[in-house]
Amino acid sequence: MLEDKDRIFQNLYGDKGVDVESSINRGDWKNTKDICSKGREWIISEIKSSELRGRGGAGFPTGLKWSFAPKEVGSKPHYLVINADESEPGTCKDRDILRFEPQKLIEGCLIASYAIGAHKCYIYVRGEYFNEGENLQKSIDEAYRKKLIGKNACETGWDLDIYIHYGAGAYICGEETALLESLEGKKGQPRLKPPFPALVGLYGCPTIVNNVETIAVVPTILRKGSKWFSSLGKPKNTGTKIFCISGNVNNPCNVEEEMGISLKELIEKHAGGVIGGWENLKAVIPGGSSMPMLPKDICENIKMDFDSLVEHKSGLGTAGIVVINKDQDIIACMARIARFYKHESCGQCTPCREGSGWMWRMLERMRKNEASREEIEMLEDVTKQIEGHTICAFGEGSSWPVQGLLRHFKKEIIKRNNFNPLVNTNKNIPYLIDQHLLDKDNA
Amino acid sequence: MSIKKIAKEQPEKFEFTKENLEVSKKIITKYPEGKQSSAVMALLYLAQKQNQNWIPLVAMKYIGKLLKMPYIKVYEVATFYSMYNLSPVGKYFYQVCTTTPCMLRGAYKLVDACKEKISNEQNKISEDGQCSWVEVECLGACVNAPMIQINDDYYEDLNKDKLIQIIEQTKKDIKPKPGSYKGRMNSAPENNRLTLNNTKNA
Repeated sequence: MLEDKDRIFQNLYGDKGVDVESSINRGDWKNTKDICSKGREWIISEIKSSELRGRGGAGFPTGLKWSFAPKEVGSKPHYLVINADESEPGTCKDRDILRFEPQKLIEGCLIASYAIGAHKCYIYVRGEYFNEGENLQKSIDEAYRKKLIGKNACETGWDLDIYIHYGAGAYICGEETALLESLEGKKGQPRLKPPFPALVGLYGCPTIVNNVETIAVVPTILRKGSKWFSSLGKPKNTGTKIFCISGNVNNPCNVEEEMGISLKELIEKHAGGVIGGWENLKAVIPGGSSMPMLPKDICENIKMDFDSLVEHKSGLGTAGIVVINKDQDIIACMARIARFYKHESCGQCTPCREGSGWMWRMLERMRKNEASREEIEMLEDVTKQIEGHTICAFGEGSSWPVQGLLRHFKKEIIKRNNFNPLVNTNKNIPYLIDQHLLDKDNA
Repeated sequence: MSIKKIAKEQPEKFEFTKENLEVSKKIITKYPEGKQSSAVMALLYLAQKQNQNWIPLVAMKYIGKLLKMPYIKVYEVATFYSMYNLSPVGKYFYQVCTTTPCMLRGAYKLVDACKEKISNEQNKISEDGQCSWVEVECLGACVNAPMIQINDDYYEDLNKDKLIQIIEQTKKDIKPKPGSYKGRMNSAPENNRLTLNNTKNA
C-alpha cells in the first residue's frame, strides 16, 4: 500500500481546509516561481521523464502533448483548456479535486500555461457540478487576491487569467474537440482530426486540452522531482492515480493509490470487499463504462495500469472501477450502459447514432430472454460496424463494453436466449427495421 | 441525443432582469472580442434560473439578439444539451441517476419512490405543483450511489425511505440538507478507512 506521504491529494476526502491558506500550509504554491524560472524546456522535459500519462482516459503522455504546442507564440494566442466534464459512469475523481484540492489545479494551470505559452485558461466544468464550480470560482478569486494568478502571476512575470465555463449535461463534451465546440458556443459535436487542437483548437488557435487530475499532479511532480514520480508504479505506467470504486462493494470510495496495484487489493482492502464475499464476484468494469468488463478469473491477478489491462483487452480508462456481484443480472447492467450511450450519442456519425440504439434494444431483448440465437451474432456484428467508423472515440466507447460482455458471458446469453422465431425465411429484410418484430408479424 | 419537448404554452415576453443583465455582460467579457457566442450556454442557464427553471422560446430569441447570433444557433444549443428544460418543471426538480453504478445499488427503488410520491410519470409536475422528477444519466458521484440531484444540490447515499423523507420536506417547501445521507465523509470509505487518517492540516 502506498504511504500517506507519497499521496499527492492530501485533502482528497475534505477533512482539511480548502481555502488558499490551508492549501499553502499543505505545500501548494511553494517555489512556484523557482519552478517557472527554470524555463519551458525544463518543465516539459521533466514531465516527459516522469512519464506522466493523461488521466482522462486515453493515457497519452502529457509531456509529449505539451511539446506539440508551437514553441513561439505567433499571431494567434495559445490556450490551455482543462477538461472537468467528468461524466464517465463509474468516475468521480475530478469532482473531489474541484471540491477539496482546487489550489493544486490552479497552480497546475499556471505551470502548464507557462510551459505552453498560454495567457488564458478555460476550465470546462460539467453543468451538474454547479456547486463544485462555484467553490472553484471562490478559490480562483482567492488566488487572484493573493496575486498567485492574474498579472505577473506568482511573480513569474507571466500573465494568466483563468475562467470557468459550464457545460450543460452532454457526455460527449468530454471528448476534447467536442469540448472546444461547446466552448465556442455550439452544440458539442466532435471535429475531424487532424488538424489536432495543439495546432488548431479553440477559436482556431493552438490549444492544449488536459484532464483535471493530470494538471493537478503537475506541481507536485515538479516539486518532488520526476524521479520520485517515476519510482512509483511501473515503467511507462508511473505515479499515483485516484481510483473510484463503486458498485457492489461494502465501502465504495475514492482512493489514491500507486499505479499497477492489484485490483483485488483495491477491492478487498480499500473498499471493504465485494458484497457477499470475493466468491460472489461476477465481473468488474475496470476503467469507467467504456472499458470492457473482466470476469472473476481475470480479476484475481490483474494489475491496475494502462498496459496490463490492455493485455486483457480492456483498459484503465478513467480508473472508475464498477464491481458487479452475482446478485446482479449482468445483461441488465450492460443494457443500462448501452442505454446511456444511446442517450449520449451526439448524432453526428450514422454508425454511432443508429448503432447505439440497436445495441440497447437488442440487449434489452436479451435481458428479457426474448432474443433469438442469431441476434447474438448480429449484436457482435453491429459492435464491429460501429467501432472505428466514427469521427471520435465514442464509437469504441459504446461498442467495446458490449464486446466485453460477449467475450466473457456469451454462454450465459445463449443459455437465456434460445428463442427460435417461427418464421425463419425472409432473411433479406435489412435488420434496420427490426427483423425480430417482422418475424412475429409474419407468424 | 435527448428528447426535448417544447412547451405548448409560451410566454410572450422575456427580458433579463437588471441584475442578470449585469451578470451576462460580465460573462461575455470572459471570452475574446468577437467570440461572444461562447457565452450562449451560460446565458441560457441564467435565463433558465430566472424563469422558474425552464427556457421559453422568446428567451432564446432574446439571447440570440443579445449575442448577435442567429436564433436557430441558440435553439440548436438549447435543444442539444440535456440540462436545459424547455418545458416547465417543478420548483424542486428531482433528477434521479439510474446509470449502472447507481442501478447496482438500487437506483430504481428511488424511481419507485418518485413515482409514488411525486407523479406516476417523468416530467409530470406533482399535483401540488412543487415537484417533478426525471431519470438522468450518470451525475458523476458514483461512489456515493445511489444519488439524486435536486436543482443544484446532490443528495447521496440514499435509499427509498430517505428519499421519501426528502420528498415530504420539499412538499412542505423546506429545502432538505444536501450531501451524504449515511453521514459519511464525502467520498471516503464509510468504515475501515486506511488512508489519510492524519486529518490535521499540513
